[in-house]
Amino acid sequence: MPQPATKPDPSGAKVIPIREEPLYKPEKKIYARSVSGTFANWRWAMVWLTQAIFYGACWLPWNGRQAVLFDLVERKFYIFSLVFWPQDVFYLAVLLIISALALFLFTAVAGRLFCGYACPQTVYTEIFMWVEKLFEGERWARMKLDAAPASGAKLARKAGKHAVWAVIALWTGFTFVGYFTPVKTLAAAFLSWQLGPWEAFWIFFYAFATWGNAGFMREQVCKYMCPYARFQGVMFDPDTLIVTYDAERGEPRGARSKKADHKADGKGDCVDCGICVQVCPTGIDIRAGLQYECIGCSACIDACDQVMDKMSYPRGLIRYSTEHALAQHWGRREIVRHLLRPRTLVYGAALSGIIVAAAWGLAQRMPLKVDVIRDRATLAREVEGGLIENVFRLQIMNLAEAPRRYSLTVTGLSGIQIATDAIVEMPAAATQAVTVRVRAEPDSGRRGSNPIHFEVRALNHDEVFVREKASFLLP
Amino acid sequence: MSDYVSGFWSVYVALITLVSIVGCAVLLWSQGKARTNSAGQSDTTGHVWDDDLQEYNHPLPRWWSWLFYITVFFGVGYLAVYPGLGSYEGSFKWSSRGEYEAEMKQADARYAPIFAKFQGQDLKAVTADPEARKMGERLFQTYCAQCHGSDARGARGFPNLADGDWLWGGEPEQIKTSILEGRQGVMPPHAHLGADAVKDLAHFVRSLSPDKLAHDAVRSARGKEGFAAVGCAGCHGADARGMQALGAPDLTDSIWLHGASEATIIETITKGRSNRMPAHKEFLGEAKSHLLAAYVLGLSPGAAKKQ
Repeated sequence: MPQPATKPDPSGAKVIPIREEPLYKPEKKIYARSVSGTFANWRWAMVWLTQAIFYGACWLPWNGRQAVLFDLVERKFYIFSLVFWPQDVFYLAVLLIISALALFLFTAVAGRLFCGYACPQTVYTEIFMWVEKLFEGERWARMKLDAAPASGAKLARKAGKHAVWAVIALWTGFTFVGYFTPVKTLAAAFLSWQLGPWEAFWIFFYAFATWGNAGFMREQVCKYMCPYARFQGVMFDPDTLIVTYDAERGEPRGARSKKADHKADGKGDCVDCGICVQVCPTGIDIRAGLQYECIGCSACIDACDQVMDKMSYPRGLIRYSTEHALAQHWGRREIVRHLLRPRTLVYGAALSGIIVAAAWGLAQRMPLKVDVIRDRATLAREVEGGLIENVFRLQIMNLAEAPRRYSLTVTGLSGIQIATDAIVEMPAAATQAVTVRVRAEPDSGRRGSNPIHFEVRALNHDEVFVREKASFLLP
Repeated sequence: MSDYVSGFWSVYVALITLVSIVGCAVLLWSQGKARTNSAGQSDTTGHVWDDDLQEYNHPLPRWWSWLFYITVFFGVGYLAVYPGLGSYEGSFKWSSRGEYEAEMKQADARYAPIFAKFQGQDLKAVTADPEARKMGERLFQTYCAQCHGSDARGARGFPNLADGDWLWGGEPEQIKTSILEGRQGVMPPHAHLGADAVKDLAHFVRSLSPDKLAHDAVRSARGKEGFAAVGCAGCHGADARGMQALGAPDLTDSIWLHGASEATIIETITKGRSNRMPAHKEFLGEAKSHLLAAYVLGLSPGAAKKQ
């Protein structure tokens, strides 16, 4: 609330009025103009690719089950032929490291490629904006519709848009949950309205989040919620390709006739049409330079190129370029040469190294895990023949998706032998605790603990073999 | 629900919590505006330091402040329905004990029919059922294996359940009673007999074993007289074959619960033994004990040894 105007102060000094500024302001809605061009095509290709994988992969069958399924209840993650048990969480950590390094690498090379082309927020916003354009028209039509008073036509357009949005959002929520509950079972439950409470909750929650984020929040996520925007500062360097306005070429900007010789008139290439601002989904003016809101979607590049074409000027007034390239007027060759610099080489080397190591590790993975738990209370027992007996429980995990038979042997003391069944039969993908009695001569080792090893080998699959150490107690 | 030593603390906690929540809301509302003295410009806060240092005022989006207010309302609502304000239970009356009881009720509803099926059956019939044996094995591994071993063959001081020898009787009902009511095996101490007499008795007992344990024949003969005279026969029987009603072991077999060495037998006679099988009636209940009794029965070869 503004205070009254300047009061005359007795000492004669001027008093500046105090104003109250709100610390929170409603964000202006952005009506992004639609754009077409090379980069727009790349973006839509990524939309198709990512969504084909997301919406499609959960329907693929494999080995009698869903190919990609994260079965939280049974604690098994299936990705085609790979089955991950909780003990394999290490691979998840490795996957996250690989994702992070890949992100660092291509961000160092070409800026916010993830944000502009692959991020789900961008992808779903693109889809929802396309639906919005279908129902409400282009930028100016949408602005007019929002400003118009309520009417039947307006209601119909808005309702239609929201109906399609709701369907897409629900399908998205349903697909997401379909990666955790087999999607075909889920579909049947959904259609007969017999969803479990948690499944129903997550479907509607995820649908609501999709509808809210892609329909309304849009750039608010990028501007205020996403941490990626904030730490791009440390991922860029002066050789990173970013969406750049060539101020040297474009300034001074101004309107001019197509036929005029603008250079002679002292004008730059920028005709100040403002289309680059109209197409921007985050509502910035790229001509002011790179800003943190810029998600690198290159809509302004496509828009400006079209205008340049119309004016018969060369393309690229707004283009992918680097800080160094702009300052030192490098051509393409120079820019590409600087692509291979210590930062990208180190990231690339680390990334390839970890990918190779992870792939090798996965290929070598043994579909068998054994844990040895000795019977603590039993210690050592004397049995017939004067032999000393220790009791163990072997927790055998058959990771293979087929029943297997395993042979048990024990080594470490001379004459040590297993006094129970030496062959264990295991069903597919199962865990079983097998009680094993091990006997040895009382004088085959020293008093107290003696290290021994259990060897579990799959019959008919010689390469599947685990050796676990244990200790044998002699009194 | 929190238990406080006095009602004062409950009020203390609740009051501080509520005042803090209201305080947060007041803070949000009062700090929603910035007082600036910028004459005309709205981009900066108007303060100028060191000639040209200024501070931008870029307002946060309004939905941000809505989120803050939503958390305040959520907090109040949450504390109305869940416990958090001192000893107030919350209108949902949620408690972790209540959660546990609800889960136990669910489990009982799920498992009771399975147990009931076997409850009505005779123990011998249950032993013959493979599903019941598997259930019994899992129960055994959970509740009994710590003392009796994963293979049920016991350890020093913990009986071997798979050898067909029973201290307290091997009839199905007797095994079940051992589990439900527990057993207390007491060998009274005999130090008052004197070390020499005790040693004689020990050699006599060793001579009874079918494993031909080494013993001194002279001492053994003296021990035999002592056995009848001192009163060992009162519990272990005149023929030393034990008495299942008292849990007195058969001294003429190869099974030695505490060990067969001379020193161990002397210790047993001198100091006595007190061996306890805990009662599992309260802890496990009738149904699980029924399955366990059947499982244990099935571990032994052949018929139970009769008294």
